[in-house]
Formats: sequence, structure tokens, C-alpha cells
Amino acid sequence: MNIHEYQAKEVLKGYGVVVPRGRVAFTADEAVAAAVELGGKVWVVKAQIHAGGRGKGGGVKLARSLDEVRALSAQIIGMQLVTHQTGPAGQLVRRVYIEEGADIARELYLGVVLDREASKICFMASTEGGTEIEEVAEHHPEKILKEWADPAVGLADYQARNLAFGLGLQGASVNKAVKFMKALYQAFVEKDCSLAEINPLVVTGGGDIVALDAKINFDSNALHRHPEIVALRDTDEEDPKEIEASKFDLSYISLDGNIGCMVNGAGLAMGTMDIIKHFGGEPANFLDVGGGATTEKVTAGFKIILKDPNVKGIYVNIFGGIMKCDTIANGVIAATKELGLSIPVVVRLEGTNVELGKQILRDSGLALIPADNMADGAQKIVAAVSGK
Amino acid sequence: MAIWVNSDTRLICQGITGAAGSFHCKQMLAYGTNLVGGVTPGKGGTLFEDKVPVFDTVAEAVKATGANASIIYVPPPFAADAILEAIGAGVELIVTITEGIPVMDMVRVKAVLKQSKSRLIGPNCPGIITPGQCKIGIMPGHIHLPGKVGVVSKSGTLTYEAVGQLTALGIGQSTCVGIGGDPVNGTNFIDVLKAFNDDPGTAAVIMIGEIGGNAEQDAAAWIKEHMTKPVAGFIAGVTAPPGRRMGHAGAIISGGKGTAAEKMGAMREAGIEVAATPADMGAAIVRAAERKGVALKG
Repeated sequence: MNIHEYQAKEVLKGYGVVVPRGRVAFTADEAVAAAVELGGKVWVVKAQIHAGGRGKGGGVKLARSLDEVRALSAQIIGMQLVTHQTGPAGQLVRRVYIEEGADIARELYLGVVLDREASKICFMASTEGGTEIEEVAEHHPEKILKEWADPAVGLADYQARNLAFGLGLQGASVNKAVKFMKALYQAFVEKDCSLAEINPLVVTGGGDIVALDAKINFDSNALHRHPEIVALRDTDEEDPKEIEASKFDLSYISLDGNIGCMVNGAGLAMGTMDIIKHFGGEPANFLDVGGGATTEKVTAGFKIILKDPNVKGIYVNIFGGIMKCDTIANGVIAATKELGLSIPVVVRLEGTNVELGKQILRDSGLALIPADNMADGAQKIVAAVSGK
Repeated sequence: MAIWVNSDTRLICQGITGAAGSFHCKQMLAYGTNLVGGVTPGKGGTLFEDKVPVFDTVAEAVKATGANASIIYVPPPFAADAILEAIGAGVELIVTITEGIPVMDMVRVKAVLKQSKSRLIGPNCPGIITPGQCKIGIMPGHIHLPGKVGVVSKSGTLTYEAVGQLTALGIGQSTCVGIGGDPVNGTNFIDVLKAFNDDPGTAAVIMIGEIGGNAEQDAAAWIKEHMTKPVAGFIAGVTAPPGRRMGHAGAIISGGKGTAAEKMGAMREAGIEVAATPADMGAAIVRAAERKGVALKG
């Protein structure tokens, strides 16, 4: 799960991570009031959307007067902000963050991720703040410093010092950075983060260490123990079809093609998209109905697929393990009867109770296209949507 | 021959009285798995299906039954604790089916696991099966056939797909291992590949990966260096968009890394026969075996 920058900063501040003072605003009036409350002569107006690259897209501006705060906020709120992460349609900006101007001496990078191979939390630091870490990793991997925290003891002081000295920090800044990193580690672990990125991490003229930007993602498997994080969810930033799917505990991701897919198991669901593409089609979605799917879930899955106006056909590909084929068959029939399908549906069933499932489909009298195997089904649906 | 599980394996089930646990325990009993006990705290002293004794703790169950393997169906919030309990009781093989365990829990479990003698398979996996001998998991038993091809996979249903194709070709399987699609797991590709390479009952291996992480590339490098047997492979997610988590917690392309193209490239470079589609996995291992002059049947 993702949250906004201002929310991330609030979470981190609770652990003692130093962040600039700021206020969120939903209107230009609120933005001006926020700037007045913060005081000072320079403010930063920052678009709050979940995607990165906001600065380059024109969503982060410096204001040197209250009039500029008003004008820039009015301009940014309501804009369709396009970044390299939003896609060409961009994302509507509904809120801005008004932050005090910072006295920036140096811009650094600090990231915290799970290192899958080591099965440990890894701190990555670089002097190349402000740029994307992927680019640094690509061209100057030697400029990325890494420390792995032992889960039993956490990020040790000496590891944080290694990073601080490696970043070229001096004097009081070293201990400030150590305190910053340890606070960040604590927040990461206690809030079950899957990623924390401070880019840039700023050294101020006075030698303070400040998180000028903050991005946090959370492990969705751990949200059950963090109601305070769930409360930060902004559904405006999510695809409505994906929200609907999550209500039924379905794993759904919207894609650009015209063949809807309903599959059990994440690997087979990806494999089904791949084989559609292989035979010249384009998948419209990833949909894993999971192991414990009921007739209701299958019906919900069909409804979500059909909400996509691009969908011209559906491929149901089920290899039952936990999932029983008769359950899928009943779901397909219930959904078809309820929704009155007007597009071709290819059904491939295999595994537990397969004969019963196939019998139920045959007896239904519905115009479903049966497939003998995965490749056969993919070819049939590609042919059906292309009118061949 | 096979790896890790056979007809001598003595299995207990943690979470035996839950809906998923009881359903699959019945299936495993029907397959002939030697299910010697179950564990549900507070239900000790009862019998499952009128014959399998239920215990309050794993330690008691192991002591009373001599179990050397455990399968875990405990819900996600409590699953990490269940794994730790099995490690604590010295269970040799721990198979965790549970999907949705918080990553931070698995980071802590992994640290304990590394200092133990237990092997963990999973979590978020279909389990392990040696056809005709022992099924520990949720896979449909009837699609399997005893034989000589080893299967290792991150995905449950893609494993069934591969097994179904092999069986349809009349090619049996030695052991099929689902390692799961979570970012932190107990057993990785290389652990399984090593075991298959050393197993005289395994003649060839199908390896099924997916986008995210580096495990397939590492496995390919190991295969290039050490594997003496033919290997065919498939990577799911050629069409997956970057930055999106494709169902499995670990299946995500981040920062342009962990793409299917990158993984398939590493596999081809290591001499692995890469299947063009998931429908081609059975045929791919036949091609790989023919090239090395290895018989897959008989």
C-alpha cells in the first residue's frame, strides 16, 4: 500500500526522523493559510499524488510570496500531473503540501529495502541525491553504499556511521545522520514497510540532516496489524476496478489489451497473459481468483472484467488444486446468466472435479467455448476476438 | 528415488482442525501420505477423522509420533509463530502453505531458520510431492505419475500445468517442489537443483520461475557451473507491467530489474531449454533430454 509524501513524513516524524515543517491543503485558500501558519519567506508547493517524478512533471514549485503560494496552489490543485510513473493520462492532483523552504547544502540519497537474497533489511546510501537510484545503480554502482541490518539487533550504530562517513559527512552531522537512520529503521520495521526512500536526504547549511522528500510503501500482508496505516489509504489514487476486486479478495490488475482473463493462481494468471500475447492477442487484465474462490467471487470477477469497455472476450483458465472445477463452472454460469454475456467466453478446466465441471458447463446450454488445454484456449480466444 | 519426502516420511499437520487443514489432510490421507498427527492448541487429546491424534503443541506431537515433517495451514497472522514452533521442536522438514505472511515476520523466521537444522519449504506454496509415495501439500494428487523428472517452481498452478503435460506425455515425476512466490522463503531454486542433481532417481529437471528478484538468474548461474542433468524452464510474466505486484508478494519488476526477458536470457545462456509458453513446458524438457541423450521414461 502507498501513501502520500506528507503522510509518510508524519509517520517518520513520530519516530524522530527530522522532516521540514509543513501543512496539507485541499484548496488555494487553505494553502495560503498553511503558509501563514508556517511563517517564513519561502515555501514549497508540492503536488500530492502517489507516483514519483512529481518535480520533473511540474508538480513541485517554489513560492516566494503568499500570492505565489495562492497562484501556484490554484494551478497545481486540479491539474492532471503526468510523470514517468503515471502513464500518459497522468493523475489528478487533489491536494498539495505546503512546506517551509529548506537551506540545502548537499543532496544525498537514502533508501531502505528488503534484500531478498540476504533475507535482511538493506540500507542503501549514495551521494547522488535527487537523481533516481536506478540510474546510479546502472552507471555508478560503486557510488551506492550498503549495510544489512541483522533482524536480531537492528541497524547497528557502526553500520549507520559507515554510511555517514561514506557519504562524506563530518562533525556533528555524523551523529545526526546515525540518529536519523536508526529512527528510519525503527519506523520501517515497526510499521511493516516494504520500501522507504528519502530522496533527497538533505544536509542543511547548519549541518542538520533532513528528509526533504519521503516515500514509503507498506507490506499489504501486514496491514491487519496497522489500522492507523490503513486509515491513510487514498482510494482516489487507485484504479476503481482494482478497489472493487480487493473487496472480494481478488487479485486484479488492469492492463491495456482486449482479452479479459480469469485464472486461479498468480503464476498461471501471468502465464495466461503471456500465452495470449504469444498467439497474437493482448490481455486486458491480470486476475487471480485465488485458492478459495466461491461462486460469488467468480461472479464478482466477471463483473469487474466486464467493467472494462475494452474487453472483447474472456478466457477462463483454471487448473484446480485447492480450487474445484465445479465451483468455477457454477460461477461462470451464474455470472453469465446474471450479466447476459454478449462476448465470447472460452473456458479451459483441468484438475480437481474436472469432469463434473465440464458436465455442468455442457448442461447449462450456454454458448461457452470449451478448450482442451491452455494453448488451445488461448488460440480460441484470440481467434474469437479478432473475428476469425 | 526422490528428494526429501518418501513413503517413510512421518507427517504432522499444524492447523489440522481448520477448514483448509482438515480438507487437505483428508486428501493427503487418501493419497497414502503417512499423516501421524496434528496440532491445534487447545484441541489436544482429540482425534482427527477418528484416527489421527491431535496435540496441543508440536513438541508433544513429535515426541509421541516420531514425526519428521510438518505441514502448516495456520492463518497468516499466526503462521510465523507456527514455523518457529516447528523449528523449536526440531522438525526436519517444514512445509508452509499459508499465503500472506508479513515479510518482516519471515525475515525474523529466516534468521532463526539459518541457525537450525530444519528445512523450510514455502511459504505461499503448494507443497512437495513424491508421486505414489508421499503428498505434503494442496496439489491435486491424481495428475501425478511416478517417474524421473524433477519439478521446482515458484507457482502452484504452473506446477500443476507442467505436471499435467508430463503425465499426458507418459513422463513421470521424481519429486515436485513448490518453493513459493514470497520474497523471503525457506528453500530456493539452488537448494532444490542441488538435491535433484545428487538424486539418482531424477534424470532431468523443469524449473518454473516468475518476474521479481534474482533467484532464477542465480539458479541459472549455478546450473551452468554444476548441473549435469538436462534442464528446461519457463518464466511467467513477459507481459507483466513494471512496478506492479502480480499476485505473489515477490512478483514485481522494480527499477527495471527482475524482468522475464532478463531471466530467460540468463537461463538460455546457461544452456537451459526455455519454453516459449506455459503450454510448451512438457515438450521443452523432452527437447532438452533428447539433446543430452537422456531417457525420461522407464
